[in-house]
Amino acid sequence: MSANLVGIAIIDILLFTFLVVTAIVILRLRNLFGVVMLAGVFSLLSAALFVTLDAVDVAFTEAAVGAGISTVLMLGTLALTVREEKKPSHSAFLPLLVCTIAGAALLYGTRDMPSFGAPDTPVQTHVAPDYIARTPVETGVPNIVTAVLASYRGYDTLGETAVIFTAAIAVLLLLGASGKRREDKDSEGKE
Amino acid sequence: MQASILDLEYVLGHYNYWMFVILMMTGLYITVSRGNLIKKIVGLNIFQTAVFMLYISMGKIIGGTAPILVDDPDAVYSNPLPHVLILTAIVVGIATTALALALVVRIRETYGTVEEDDILAMEHEMEFGAGVPHGGDRG
Repeated sequence: MSANLVGIAIIDILLFTFLVVTAIVILRLRNLFGVVMLAGVFSLLSAALFVTLDAVDVAFTEAAVGAGISTVLMLGTLALTVREEKKPSHSAFLPLLVCTIAGAALLYGTRDMPSFGAPDTPVQTHVAPDYIARTPVETGVPNIVTAVLASYRGYDTLGETAVIFTAAIAVLLLLGASGKRREDKDSEGKE
Repeated sequence: MQASILDLEYVLGHYNYWMFVILMMTGLYITVSRGNLIKKIVGLNIFQTAVFMLYISMGKIIGGTAPILVDDPDAVYSNPLPHVLILTAIVVGIATTALALALVVRIRETYGTVEEDDILAMEHEMEFGAGVPHGGDRG
């Protein structure tokens, strides 16, 4: 049991070191192409971390959406905008102070958190055992995450779809309208 | 819980939360301290991923397995509910990222820049005429 915990801890700390190094390089780098690529690396590393934490569905969604689609969207934005970030003109002392204080407050908050991986925490004992027990009987779906997502909490997934639909319409309105106006400008220029 | 910070049991039980706080604050720092809008969005994504890790690690049971049913009746499954929540959050996150990137493209078309300082200077100029903008010496 304890050896298991130490093993997970070693893998976790290794992955976490990579994640922090990636985040710090993203902070320092001013070439935006590099920043976007490292953001993809960050997503892939976090997907690996999700696998070690038993969240395989989340891991492959993160790998496909975070490392895949998100990187493509950002590269598309870079193609339409700029490649270099300007040097920051003002000192970053105040943001550093805010982040340190917020981080210290959050660290203080973790003192009350239950131990990582314990089976008797409120998270584990409330409704989760009920879902695990009912899923094979009521739905017959072997993957409990799928059963909860599609059967028990189908309305939430409907709401999620509504959010994506709204975002897609907003993106189309923002980019589509500008494309039309640019055409108008071009035709004015020709006249 | 008056455990000392050097107690191995305590450290192993809490280092996950410390990791996520560090990552989250790095993301927040990138978002608030950098003026480039694309980099701000990358910072927000890091912040968001750190929150996902916090949720997923709360659902983990040591010695448990992924919540996919196996034949062994004694199998312990990690909590599937945080996984469901975070799946939804990842997909909603990509929708908001796409919207933010579309806004950045529009801002670039209107202002010709994606740097926050330049945009603020231009706004100031539009509002108060071509005076020296507050706090900025570029442009």
